[in-house]
Amino acid sequence: MQSLALPTYRVDASNPRRAARAMADLAAGFSSWRLAWALARLDLRNRYRGSVIGPFWVTLSTAVMVVGLGLLYSTLLKQDITVFLPHLAVSLIIWNTLSTLVSEATTCLSSADGVIRQLPLPLTTHALRCVFRNAFSAAHSLPLIIVVFVALGHLPGPEAFLAIPGLLLLAINALAASLFLGMVCARFRDIGQIVSNIMQLAFFMTPIIWRAELLGENVWRLYFNPFYPMLEVIRGPLVEGGVGPGIWIAAIAYTVVLTGAAAAFFIRFRARVAFWV
Amino acid sequence: MASIVADGLSIEFPLYHMAARSLKKRLLAKAALRVRTDESNRVVVAALRDLNFRIGRGERVALVGSNGAGKTTLLRTIAGIYEPVGGELTVHGEIGSLIDPGAGMDPDSTGRENIRLRGLYRGMDEAGIAELEADAAAFSGLGEFLDVPTRGYSAGMNIRLAFAMATAMAPQILLMDEWFMAGDADFMEKAEQRLTKLVQGADIMVIATHDFAIARRWCTRAIRLNAGRIIADGPVDEVLAQMDSIPATPTPAPEPAG
Repeated sequence: MQSLALPTYRVDASNPRRAARAMADLAAGFSSWRLAWALARLDLRNRYRGSVIGPFWVTLSTAVMVVGLGLLYSTLLKQDITVFLPHLAVSLIIWNTLSTLVSEATTCLSSADGVIRQLPLPLTTHALRCVFRNAFSAAHSLPLIIVVFVALGHLPGPEAFLAIPGLLLLAINALAASLFLGMVCARFRDIGQIVSNIMQLAFFMTPIIWRAELLGENVWRLYFNPFYPMLEVIRGPLVEGGVGPGIWIAAIAYTVVLTGAAAAFFIRFRARVAFWV
Repeated sequence: MASIVADGLSIEFPLYHMAARSLKKRLLAKAALRVRTDESNRVVVAALRDLNFRIGRGERVALVGSNGAGKTTLLRTIAGIYEPVGGELTVHGEIGSLIDPGAGMDPDSTGRENIRLRGLYRGMDEAGIAELEADAAAFSGLGEFLDVPTRGYSAGMNIRLAFAMATAMAPQILLMDEWFMAGDADFMEKAEQRLTKLVQGADIMVIATHDFAIARRWCTRAIRLNAGRIIADGPVDEVLAQMDSIPATPTPAPEPAG
């Protein structure tokens, strides 16, 4: 069809080939992952420029939260602290990662407006940058989990490795959410505010500072909260000796829904983002 | 063979965040032709309307026209940043664009780090980046300042670095906005040599400019845009001569976003 010697860029508005272009965007974004990686590291470096302990501030504030909330809620909810503290530490760290990711996802495209309007980069690069940045940031909290586990003598068995597929699911959701929320919020600037409200509410509605068993026979209602299975597939293997298949099915189902919505939106509106930001 | 072919190419900018209805009405009343509401009741600015042209190998094209005529939008469309809402665009050849030299620069990084970052933006491998670094470092003449964050640079130093990075390439199709004519006199001489080399190496050049002297000196062909349409296309002298004698109809349409 075309001469193969030269790179060819062809767009025909009457035949936009949206799906093919969206796939090409994803492929290009992933193959230039080093750019997203470098940008993510720069973001963190610049955010903590001049700070002595840098990203460990997040770890430190989580540690303070864990100790404070742990002492209070283990008393309030009459929980054994050696069981409650590992639960709380892992939950808070996953939740912090998740909620920071969601709130940064809402601006991952609109904050890159300068680059989007000047350089023909795949949008996937901006979404990956957001995912990588949050992954880096979360990695700084790993020592805290180890400290809590060792201090309280809570050592998970080999089922802890099941947290790895859980993390993988989280990564898929993170990319889908970055693309989806990034695009929606670039177009509708109010959505970002709504999302931050929802996340605040979700913090209390999700078993983070409380344990799911406290709901008694109403525990099935938690399945309507998409954050619960997402949290549980990582937390369960680390703290509760694994999770049931119901949780896995729910987590996978929510992932499929989010990824599907993100894909549909991305295919349909990818080319419009340069006009939105 | 490198070529750029546009067939009925149209770009419309939606003005989403223009909430005030009175403002919308006023704008619509003033510029009834260019700002309009489309079928889904959004306000859109027709930035480029039904452009047809073919640029072949060896051509040096100047895009001329008043502010807001659509010159930069056309450059960005050719570069692949805006996808057309109507018509077809086909570009054969590797594109290098000098549209905004500062895009993607990080003020908290040193000059050297910025050069490496630019290499990543262009999708270069490690060897390519090392080459870019050596080339841009030598050309910018920044010396020890290369290891200082660019936040601390003077405006002139920033331009030097941006210029050195942006021009360290050898594309088949060169897209330029006229920014590169800024800079101090001592640097301009060096810069011009480098630009000349870049232009001569490219199969096609498209430059958006207000400066007739630049257009006459560098270009063989001129495309005159007015309010998003091509109103003249031909040898550079003819188009520019006609521009002096027939002024374009003034349009109050605003320069679209960015």
